[in-house]
Amino acid sequence: MFTQMHSLYESAWVIPALPFLSFLLIAFVTKRSKGLSAAISILAILTSLALAIAIVLGVVGSGAEIVEHPAVVNVNWLDIQGLTINFGTLVDPLSTMMLFVVTLVASMVQIYSVGYMHGDRGWSRYFAYQSLFAMSMLGLVISTNLLELFVFWELVGLCSYLLIGFWYHKVSAREAAKKAFITTRVGDFGLLLGILFLYGQFGTLDFAQLAQAMNANLQGLVLAGGVSYITLTTFLLFTGPIGKSGQFPLHVWLPDAMEGPTPVSALIHAATMVVAGVYLVGRMYFMFQHAAPSALEFVAGIGALTAIFAASIAIAQDDIKRILAYSTLSQLGYMMFALGVGALTASMFHLMTHAFFKALMFLGAGSVIHALHEKQNIWDMGGLWKKMPITGWTFFIGVLAISGIPPFAGFWSKDEILAAALHNGHPIIYAVGLFTAFLTAFYMSRLFFVAFMGPEKKENHPHESPYWMTVPLIVLAFFSVVGGLVALPTHNFAFFVRDYVNLNGVVALKEFEPEGLAWGLAGISVLAGLLGIGLAYMTYVRQAIQAEAVVAKFPGVYKLLKNKYYIDEIYLWLIHHIMDGLAKVLYWFDIYIVDGIINGLALITRGSARGLRRMHTGQMQTYALVFFFAVVVIYLVYTLGEGQFAALNPLAMLGGVK
Amino acid sequence: MNFSVGLSTYLLVGAMLFCLGLYGLFAKKNVVAILMSIELMLNAVNLNFVAFNRFLATDRLIGNVAALFVIVLAAAEVAVGLALVIAIYRSRQTTNVDEFNWLKW
Repeated sequence: MFTQMHSLYESAWVIPALPFLSFLLIAFVTKRSKGLSAAISILAILTSLALAIAIVLGVVGSGAEIVEHPAVVNVNWLDIQGLTINFGTLVDPLSTMMLFVVTLVASMVQIYSVGYMHGDRGWSRYFAYQSLFAMSMLGLVISTNLLELFVFWELVGLCSYLLIGFWYHKVSAREAAKKAFITTRVGDFGLLLGILFLYGQFGTLDFAQLAQAMNANLQGLVLAGGVSYITLTTFLLFTGPIGKSGQFPLHVWLPDAMEGPTPVSALIHAATMVVAGVYLVGRMYFMFQHAAPSALEFVAGIGALTAIFAASIAIAQDDIKRILAYSTLSQLGYMMFALGVGALTASMFHLMTHAFFKALMFLGAGSVIHALHEKQNIWDMGGLWKKMPITGWTFFIGVLAISGIPPFAGFWSKDEILAAALHNGHPIIYAVGLFTAFLTAFYMSRLFFVAFMGPEKKENHPHESPYWMTVPLIVLAFFSVVGGLVALPTHNFAFFVRDYVNLNGVVALKEFEPEGLAWGLAGISVLAGLLGIGLAYMTYVRQAIQAEAVVAKFPGVYKLLKNKYYIDEIYLWLIHHIMDGLAKVLYWFDIYIVDGIINGLALITRGSARGLRRMHTGQMQTYALVFFFAVVVIYLVYTLGEGQFAALNPLAMLGGVK
Repeated sequence: MNFSVGLSTYLLVGAMLFCLGLYGLFAKKNVVAILMSIELMLNAVNLNFVAFNRFLATDRLIGNVAALFVIVLAAAEVAVGLALVIAIYRSRQTTNVDEFNWLKW
């Protein structure tokens, strides 16, 4: 059984290759034919999905075998003295899960796009980018080494840039694309440094080899200040995920990325690309465990901060996509702190379920925006429940899933994270997570009640979206309902992912019982979710609590949240005052000091040359006279001089003739 | 009166001739006169060679041979020098070395 499956694993490279082929075909052949472009793109990603499902079935079936021996295929890409880089594919439970999630969401989004992008001038370009993105993301998750991963990491960044700025005639879209690219580049710089540090120390970037190298004793390597080399490297590596996964200081690009088409937001900025950072931390988890405890504590702290920070902003936002964007940030923070508290399994599990329900809600939001002709403010909506039943119901499932109501997907994963936080001794993080769960339930139901339940607006004439758009919604809603159930039996993905780390042998994670959901804790988090939904219901449907009155009571807080804690303004101020000021100083230094030295040297040379050239009179008699007197002087020095000069007497050298 | 002419007399005459030539080389403005001054210096050297041969190495002829070589060389040098002078004169209509200054800055 296993050997049979193995040949399938070895052809895992086909999964990213198909979308790439489709990208090339669309870009160079079928660009003019809209139908053909979409057909090729969707066909390619559906074939990839089928292959991914086959691999999933194989991995689930092969049990512990695949965990002990991940299927690795490497092709040498670069081999020079002291540097060997392979390109290859890695099939293990972690990458299999990612393959499935990415192909599923990507294919749903592409099918959805047929309806959403209908009549867009850039149709073929859109599908070409989508295919390129699918290729990059799939390549990223099956990379066997850090450099390969980094290449695809930058490629998904590029696709993100291209798709955010897809409607490049809009200034805001262009600016958002640039902002996203530059902000993530800040983090990528740290990541690249970390990769170089790793290579400098271990001479390899292969995940398996690195994991083995970590097992050798490394704590001896201590840099200045008691920080070990490995800890520093870990922090550097983590800056990549901070940028890519929108963690606290570098989160500013993600809300602005909503300028792109909504299916793009669903695919790239909710379900797949932004979780690449979480995936990277999961993949390099052995290193985080070997680093000082502060590394994982840092991950947990940043994650928890981002989770509550973004959730509180989401409460005060009015734009449907921005609420979802801040919700994404918050959930990414959830995944990060799950990693930080040692719950790798739960984090990956949440990554999967979040991909389902967040993609679902983004696509639902897209359906609403499509029906209302590009209106995005939730207060302009209302009463959509009756006019758009499929969108409404699927969105409702998404809201329940993210709020952690059983038996929907979000409940299982969120609960595992919270339980792990408490069990592994992080009560503060647990409290933050619980409060965030409450906030999440509140702002998601606020969005739902205002947009779908509120009074109908006369000027709107909403209609249900075409099947191209509703079918993906239904598929994703299905996974949002059942996606969490894989946690129930013992043989499940979450179980495998955890085992993977265990068997690669680094540090045993704290055990948790797959069936042993702590029901008490689960009850508390469900209560928090229900409380959030109930509060939103009272405020926005029953209007027993006047939102305006609450705002009036805390105007400062509301203003702070509404303006996203002024982070963008702070960055702007920093850029205008600190960076531009520094630039002015450096410019002055460059003009007057650096250029001054160079020009000064040139001036000195020119000045002395101007003086010296007077000696060249062109009068040969002058030259002869100078020559003659020089000979006389040299002769006198050598014959009459003492000491050193006399020793140099050429006549003496020739044999002592005096 | 036994009046003998020794080596130092010849050398003195040679040195005087050489200094005359040197002076002419530096002071004369006509390029032909300068060439003549150079001839003078070469002949002063010839005189030295012959005198040394006569007084110091009577059994060999090396000084005389050297003098012969110098004469040949001087003839060749004058030939080339005069050819240059003619060439310069054709293009510049002058033989004044002060005007041969187009190599200056």
